[in-house]
Amino acid sequence: MQDQTKFDVIVVGGGHAGCEAASAAARMGARTALITHKIATIGEMSCNPAIGGLGKGHLVREIDALDGLMGRIADRSGIQFRMLNRSKGPAVWGPRAQIDRKLYREAMQEEILNHENLTIIQDGVEDLIVSGERVGGVIGESGTSYAASAVVITTGTFLKGIIHRGAERIPAGRVGEKPAIGLSDRLYALDLPMGRLKTGTPARLNGKTINWDLLEKQPADDEPIPFSYLMDRIEVPQVSCGITFTNPEAHEIISDNIAQSAVYSGAIAGRGPRYCPSIEDKIHRFAEKTRHQIFLEPEGLDDDTVYPNGISTSLPREVQDAFIRKIEGLETVEILEYGYAIEYDYVDPRALDAGLQVKALSGLYLAGQINGTTGYEEAGAQGLVAGMNAVRSASGEPHETFDRAEAYIGVLIDDLVTRGVTEPYRMFTSRAEYRLSLRSDNADQRLTERGIALGLVGETRAEMFHVKQTALNAGRDALRSQTMTPNEAQKLGWKVNQDGQRRSAWEYLAYPSIDMAAIVLAFPDLANLSPAIKAQLEIEAMYAGYIERQKDDVEALRREEALRLPADLDYAAVGGLTNEVRAKLDMIRPATLGQAGRIEGMTPGALTALLAYVRRRPSRKQSAHA
Amino acid sequence: MAIRRDTICALASGLPPSAISVIRISGPATTSIIQSRLSVSPLKPRHASLVDLRSRSGSVIDSGLAIYMPGPASYTGEDTLEISLHGGRMITELALESIMSAGARLAEPGEFTRRAFEAGKLDLTRAEAVADLIDAESEAQLSQALKQMDGALEDLYSGWRADLTEMLALLEASIDFPDEEDAPDRVDAPVLEKLNTLRSDLIDALADGNITERIRDGFKVAILGKPNAGKSTLLNQLAKREAAIVTDIPGTTRDVVEVRLVLGGYLVWISDTAGLRETVDVVEAEGVRRALKVADEADLRLWIHDAREPIESDRVQPGDLVVSNKSDLADPESVSRETLSISAKTGFGIDLIEAAIVERLGALTKNVGAPIITRARHRQGLERALTQLEAAIDHLKAGIGSEFVSEDVRLASRELGTLTGHVDPESVLGAVFSSFCIGK
Repeated sequence: MQDQTKFDVIVVGGGHAGCEAASAAARMGARTALITHKIATIGEMSCNPAIGGLGKGHLVREIDALDGLMGRIADRSGIQFRMLNRSKGPAVWGPRAQIDRKLYREAMQEEILNHENLTIIQDGVEDLIVSGERVGGVIGESGTSYAASAVVITTGTFLKGIIHRGAERIPAGRVGEKPAIGLSDRLYALDLPMGRLKTGTPARLNGKTINWDLLEKQPADDEPIPFSYLMDRIEVPQVSCGITFTNPEAHEIISDNIAQSAVYSGAIAGRGPRYCPSIEDKIHRFAEKTRHQIFLEPEGLDDDTVYPNGISTSLPREVQDAFIRKIEGLETVEILEYGYAIEYDYVDPRALDAGLQVKALSGLYLAGQINGTTGYEEAGAQGLVAGMNAVRSASGEPHETFDRAEAYIGVLIDDLVTRGVTEPYRMFTSRAEYRLSLRSDNADQRLTERGIALGLVGETRAEMFHVKQTALNAGRDALRSQTMTPNEAQKLGWKVNQDGQRRSAWEYLAYPSIDMAAIVLAFPDLANLSPAIKAQLEIEAMYAGYIERQKDDVEALRREEALRLPADLDYAAVGGLTNEVRAKLDMIRPATLGQAGRIEGMTPGALTALLAYVRRRPSRKQSAHA
Repeated sequence: MAIRRDTICALASGLPPSAISVIRISGPATTSIIQSRLSVSPLKPRHASLVDLRSRSGSVIDSGLAIYMPGPASYTGEDTLEISLHGGRMITELALESIMSAGARLAEPGEFTRRAFEAGKLDLTRAEAVADLIDAESEAQLSQALKQMDGALEDLYSGWRADLTEMLALLEASIDFPDEEDAPDRVDAPVLEKLNTLRSDLIDALADGNITERIRDGFKVAILGKPNAGKSTLLNQLAKREAAIVTDIPGTTRDVVEVRLVLGGYLVWISDTAGLRETVDVVEAEGVRRALKVADEADLRLWIHDAREPIESDRVQPGDLVVSNKSDLADPESVSRETLSISAKTGFGIDLIEAAIVERLGALTKNVGAPIITRARHRQGLERALTQLEAAIDHLKAGIGSEFVSEDVRLASRELGTLTGHVDPESVLGAVFSSFCIGK
């Protein structure tokens, strides 16, 4: 063993989870190594070339608020920025961008390869070093031992990955890359519960051979809004996506050949995502639909590759050729790479604690697709938390978590470790109970302060954050100090209660019918607030009533989160539980009563029994002694 | 050794002496209690076996029928034993002592049903029905409790929740999949229609005039009239006891005196009130104020007057019963045929009054089908759900963001969930289970 290869934290894998994990650990000052089998693919976007969306965009903003990489890198490589759901309220706006894959990869590599405290090592990882009860590092394919106090594994779909396309079977992580068999054997040897999932990808098209003139265009927003709180504006040139549709002719070809699809021939055992079905799935399950929408997404400014979002498939090559060329605009298209389905192992995330540590082996953390999630954003968010907790564990400190009322990151990890997954897990805003508070516009206000305390946030961001907070506080104070009688308000044409009660500008702003522009007209003193601060305060006021009402819920949540369940609790001894619930509790070992309540199939009765048992336990012990 | 959940026992039948005492045992020690205390062991599950019950020292206390029901297919979901013994005080006491010395403790009020609820055997409304079933004194109460036990409320509330879940699905799809052609883009119209339907269902349910709650809690009948009209005498006649003080002095009754009766299958609370007149006496004036309040809240008002005097209360409303008292003293010709003519003092005509009350209650309950609301808790929950629905409708109409509508619908759903016990277990449960009596 070589002395110079001793680290605090080792991150295995250079995807989105791996990069965030390594960067988070390094930002906290830990001596960190990122080991990847191929430095050139660090930051690769292996599926669709887009970042953000509903729930996902929220995650990117949260990663950014904790000074993570994804938002800033996407801002340097986004070629079509769109704010989704603009017609609805800002709580459910979803920032999203098409990404130039090369720009993203380059920007990410530049960041990672020049990161303070971070060493990048090119080597395959074949095994873990286990010393006693704890992980002690990893062993490379090269034979080198790398020692570390904590290890984060972010190997994505590399665990026993198999690519399916028609009758073809290729063991692989991604096309052209080999899967990590040795490491998966080691994880199996740990006897962790595992499952199998599948996902798919469409063919890649040569954009030069698409007849764009026939197609509807979807342009970028006029004023692209960056992901990162550090960025004022986007400087990358913006392009449009094309929109086309499948048609009955294409459907017929797919139906006729459906038996050749790897998914339908019974070759794939893994479960696929319901929200992202293959085209053969769509046609089979929604037979009455005569067309399905396809977004033609450019993969880069100087790259002609186009990603046809909506037609992922595992049909044989010749069938892909045939049905794709029936689609409007694609009549003479050249296929650069054929679509395929990939099947892979994942670790049941209920084997992890809320810090993303494997319960069965201290110091070992898992993040990303290996935990059954899908998406760069979900992976990045887990990477950040795993990296942070790996550092804390390496220095003997307890884990830190984000709760469901604080961040989508909290919702994500709590869902994973409490409920497990039955299909590749993707974030949606509807998963968040406190959606109206967990907005993409206020991720910094929710998280940056904590990020600073945790050592995740660098000086530049901390400084910018404090400037913004000071301005927001001053703005709030200004709005609260300006008042007006309902009588005066009525003269302005505002419909308010004529109860004689003087109200502040802040209170008037909370009326749905009164916007910031009207407030500024009525209270000229407020005109000198900056547009950004005004916009932020307007959103705050809009949701203030609901958020106030949720306060009790949040308090109840936090009370239940504060009721800790002993890690060695004997669930067999708790009466009033069905065998099913007991087995789940025994496997998941929830850390708190709150978490227990979110376990699937948990009844209020079972929860009450658990609460009663835990409360009774200390006195029982005494009486047992008596 | 693991700390196990304990085993409970209680006398499940009425207080001895009685023909039979049924003792119920539930919990993990049930089989060991059978082994150590019964003459037959193991018992064949779900079969009646004739057994001897022995004391700790081994002497026979009594013989009786024992039925063993292994969990989870039992009322509580746990191993359960029921033994029917002779209903003597001594036998019952010795039997419980023997069982407790074998590893059980006395159950707390409602604990068997609480365990059944915890095991997921019944929802909250059914658990409430168990209590109502046992407490039922009138036929109407019994029939209502049976329907509730059968899931009438649970089905209704869960059905409404399912409607809300359906709306949420629409709203959420439009929020989370804005870019996809297949996801519903404009959900406002279908959601508004569903919201309006559910809103009128809830309004109808709440507009039931509290009849089902009255069946459970008792109808309120107020006896009203001028001083010395014979109200207290009538109350005593109906109660068949001296519930109220009766004198010849006008204004004897100052406060409201309530008597609980079962009349014609209905539970009824009859209130005797202070005579209505102008008075300078502070205490009597307060009595009058209370009388008027009782009149206001009553389901049925009996206006009683001296048959020798004309009726002069302008407070009599349609549907009220007017009773002419002291008919024995009045000229028979002068008594109106429209009124009930009685003599509270002699008891003449009391049966007519009872019949008239029963007839009026019959008319009130004639349209009552399956119960919808049987407790104030249900009414409050439905009212809160309705408020949320109305907010959802307003927000939808105002066009301000489906995230608001979705939040309103979620809150409405949660209110309904509280009724069946699907959320907020601890606070609701405490209240529900404290109303139970031992051994149920």
